[in-house]
Amino acid sequence: MSGQTEAKLVYMANQIARNLKHEPHPVAAVADHIRAFWSPAMLRQVFAHLAMQGEDGIDPVARAALAELAAGHAPPPQTKATDPAHHGADAG
Amino acid sequence: MGYERQADFGTPEVRSDTQVTLEIDGRAVTVPAGTTVMRAAAVSGGSIPKLCATDNLKQFGSCRLCLVEIDGMRGTPASCTTPVTEGMKVHTQTEKLAKLRRGVMELYISDHPLDCLTCSANNDCELQDQAAAVGLRDVRFGYEGANHLEAQTDASNPYFDFDATKCIVCSRCVRACDEVQGTLALTVEGRGFGSQISAGVKSDDFLSSECVSCGACVQACPTSALMEKAVTEIGKPERAVVTTCAYCGVGCTFRAEMRGEQVVRMVPWKDGKANRGHSCVKGRFAWGYAQHQDRVLKPMVRESIDQPWRETSWEEALGFAASRFKAIAAQHGNNALGGIVSSRCTNEEGFLVQKLVRAGFGTNNVDTCARVCHSPTGYGLKTTFGTSAGTQDFDSVEDSDVILVIGANPTDGHPVFGSRMKRRLRQGAKLIVIDPRRTDLVRSPHIQADYHLPLRPGTNVAVLSALAHVIVTEGLIDEAFVRERCDWDEFQHWAEFVGQERNSPEFLEPVTGVPADLIRGAARLFATGGNGAIYYGLGVTEHSQGSSTVMAIANLAMATGNVGRRGVGVNPLRGQNNVQGACDMGSFPHELSGYRHVSDAATRALFEAEWGVRIDPEPGLRIPNMLDAATDGLFKGLYIQGEDILQSDPDTKHVAAGLAAMDCVIVHDLFLNETANYAHVFLPGSSFLEKDGTFTNAERRIQPVRKVMEPLNGYQDWEVTQELARALGLDWNYTHPSQIMDEIARLTPSFAGVNYARLDAEGSLQWPVNDAAPDGSPIMHIEGFVRGKGKFVVTDYVPTDERTGPRFPLLLTTGRILSQYNVGAQTRRTENSVWHPEDLLEIHPTDAENRGIKSGDWVRLASRSGETTLRATVTDRVAPGVVYTTFHHPATQANVVTTDYSDWATNCPEYKVTAVQITPSNGPSEWQQDYAEQTRQARRIAGSAMEPAE
Repeated sequence: MSGQTEAKLVYMANQIARNLKHEPHPVAAVADHIRAFWSPAMLRQVFAHLAMQGEDGIDPVARAALAELAAGHAPPPQTKATDPAHHGADAG
Repeated sequence: MGYERQADFGTPEVRSDTQVTLEIDGRAVTVPAGTTVMRAAAVSGGSIPKLCATDNLKQFGSCRLCLVEIDGMRGTPASCTTPVTEGMKVHTQTEKLAKLRRGVMELYISDHPLDCLTCSANNDCELQDQAAAVGLRDVRFGYEGANHLEAQTDASNPYFDFDATKCIVCSRCVRACDEVQGTLALTVEGRGFGSQISAGVKSDDFLSSECVSCGACVQACPTSALMEKAVTEIGKPERAVVTTCAYCGVGCTFRAEMRGEQVVRMVPWKDGKANRGHSCVKGRFAWGYAQHQDRVLKPMVRESIDQPWRETSWEEALGFAASRFKAIAAQHGNNALGGIVSSRCTNEEGFLVQKLVRAGFGTNNVDTCARVCHSPTGYGLKTTFGTSAGTQDFDSVEDSDVILVIGANPTDGHPVFGSRMKRRLRQGAKLIVIDPRRTDLVRSPHIQADYHLPLRPGTNVAVLSALAHVIVTEGLIDEAFVRERCDWDEFQHWAEFVGQERNSPEFLEPVTGVPADLIRGAARLFATGGNGAIYYGLGVTEHSQGSSTVMAIANLAMATGNVGRRGVGVNPLRGQNNVQGACDMGSFPHELSGYRHVSDAATRALFEAEWGVRIDPEPGLRIPNMLDAATDGLFKGLYIQGEDILQSDPDTKHVAAGLAAMDCVIVHDLFLNETANYAHVFLPGSSFLEKDGTFTNAERRIQPVRKVMEPLNGYQDWEVTQELARALGLDWNYTHPSQIMDEIARLTPSFAGVNYARLDAEGSLQWPVNDAAPDGSPIMHIEGFVRGKGKFVVTDYVPTDERTGPRFPLLLTTGRILSQYNVGAQTRRTENSVWHPEDLLEIHPTDAENRGIKSGDWVRLASRSGETTLRATVTDRVAPGVVYTTFHHPATQANVVTTDYSDWATNCPEYKVTAVQITPSNGPSEWQQDYAEQTRQARRIAGSAMEPAE
């Protein structure tokens, strides 16, 4: 591992947190977003990185969201974009 | 079908609720009020001679050939300018009319070369037809008088000639340029007998003039005065096949006019609902790449990328690819494999690639080039409206009163729709342009933007928040719409946010660089000017806040009540021909077709039952994540159909490193593209002319692509994918793409009513097409939003982390030019390079002077990611502090300098904001020199002339 990928994943999580900070439940929103769009390998990579390297440089909301996911607590969908049951969307 | 000219009713169709019945040559005819006598005669099956009239141009009344007699009316009025009236009795064939018409034709023919047998338009010439129609037998005036028969031919345009000796000065070309294209490049110079068609000023020829080579003039010409060079060289077409263009997301339909297996010309299909009979220089003329000598027609393999290619059989190439992929899966697991779906290929081909990845490779590691263009549109519009697509059809613009264009340059990127937009603007619609550059739309003939907001790159969200601030704080909300159609609590939360002082135009002016009064004026105009329509492009999506910007646009449309009817809406202008379709087909790693998340068990069950395999419930890797995983040694094999990620994706060095780290890269393409330098297997692709299928354009319009010639490589792309699947052990047995569409319809609710028989019968269908919308959906969210209540999302401005500073003080933004397309793989292999032979760097005069740079100088363009060199052009189209270039040429490799920053929600790269420095240079950068040599090495083919002598 180069470490670059892990740093990038942390950056991505921070970026998501910064953009979802106005959501009613920011931690759940960030966790939901990451759960919906990141592959399990990416999650494992970032979990391992945080376990090894500590949590410096990670946004508190992102950190809390990743902690929820690491504990196996997937939040319910926070938007229609991440709601798997919402596929009337393009069904018209 | 055989070859016959497209029907021409002489004057445009008129829409009216009132019907008028008249009598033409004793036959009763009923037409809408306002219709001309000429059109009424044509629609009833009759024919009145004409030369200056054609049905995509306003009536002109110049040639005097279409004269008729009407009971109770004096003289012989021109049928093209005479509207029908109730009970009118028209006579189109009388002795008096015949004599008059012959007299007119005699005058025309007395100054026309009598070389019909050797003329390129012989048997396909309206002048010839009309001479026959009026029974012209001799010319009493002789041919010795003053004439124009010595005029010189203007052959400067690479695609068509202007032979003034054949010109009858009917003005159809001039009017087509004015009315259809809106460029106003042509004029009638001189008076009376001296009148002649001129491109630009007298010293201009067609190439040096403002002509954009859209072909409208050539199409309009009733003689061979304006004629495609290909017709002159090849001859008159023998047959015509209607198909869909493979360039941008407008999705123009064309008649491919053929002679044998050879394309003679592509002529816009007048019944095409996306283009309404118009075209641009790319679709109309730049199809020569399909037969270009660079096409690779035999499969090739090599053990490693430092070896030359070895041509081989399809069987061996597919076997080689399959064995490598099986070995990778065995050693590293299924998730070490992936695929990329092409937005240039058909829906059916895209569907098969993602099916191969999910069902064959056993992973969801599939992505598409929408990742680098419109993925934020999918996320943003699904979140706010509930559907991952634009809301309108293109016709909708005809009813717009205020058009807001943000981050789009439709006259270059989507020129045929750009012309339709310009037509509406010339009719009086207001225009707001939000763009760092002064695009052509800001000021062009008869068009002047009411507001141009030249924002600092990267501040879209701030500008949109400021617009919303004005609308909210000045009480310009459409409250009735919001209360009825949107979630009121979410609206109030949003309104409270944008209403804060920190979102005011004045507070944000130092951030955006846009004077507050301009933002206030634009906001008031948009909110109060009638039907407001928003059109946007990659200048919105390719930012670190691309998804936020899309949602901010949706907020603005909802707040002003501009959704759910003609003339309004949120309209993403899609880059590639089938970006919409590729996304619809389940090409994203987290979604199956119809945008259904892979975690949804019910949806997976449908696919698992149809395909007989288990579908992974977890999202796969996006393209940048695949490349990251490759450099980490975790991702080993990639099948890329019809994409050139090395040139099109950001941070070229990182892409190269990722590709180089893989064990097996399969490139399936027309050409040995830049990505193929890193490939182990090359599978030849087929062009859009060589395949059947469908494309879906930016208005969700599914249109047929029809095979007009046999594939030069022997197989259509869907067949190649099927053979690869079979080599991997899958039992696929499609014999025609219609069967793939049937499978798509079975599995995708929004496509439930789509099949080839309907597409053939109706020409196109706009999804959703299903029980709820059996005839399709030209406009969405009419009664309510697809998601239920429209969702307002707070979109706080978060500055990009890409910052200017002492080392990199300028901001680079990138874009396109009319004549070239994307990475240029197609257009660079045509004569279009006459207009754009290289990428140029636009720089403001002040920035240029500070650096001692003049137009034409070589400059070094450097960023934190890398550097390249190209030539500069000094222009005030860009603001001080901003530079701009295109990315059409691999020699420039503009993406060497773009960064790894991307959209927070979708990882769409931030192409539009890169901090750079510009300095004078005297040659290619080290990267360019290395890359040129590496490319030469990587493209060697054993045993061919491309293999350098030892």
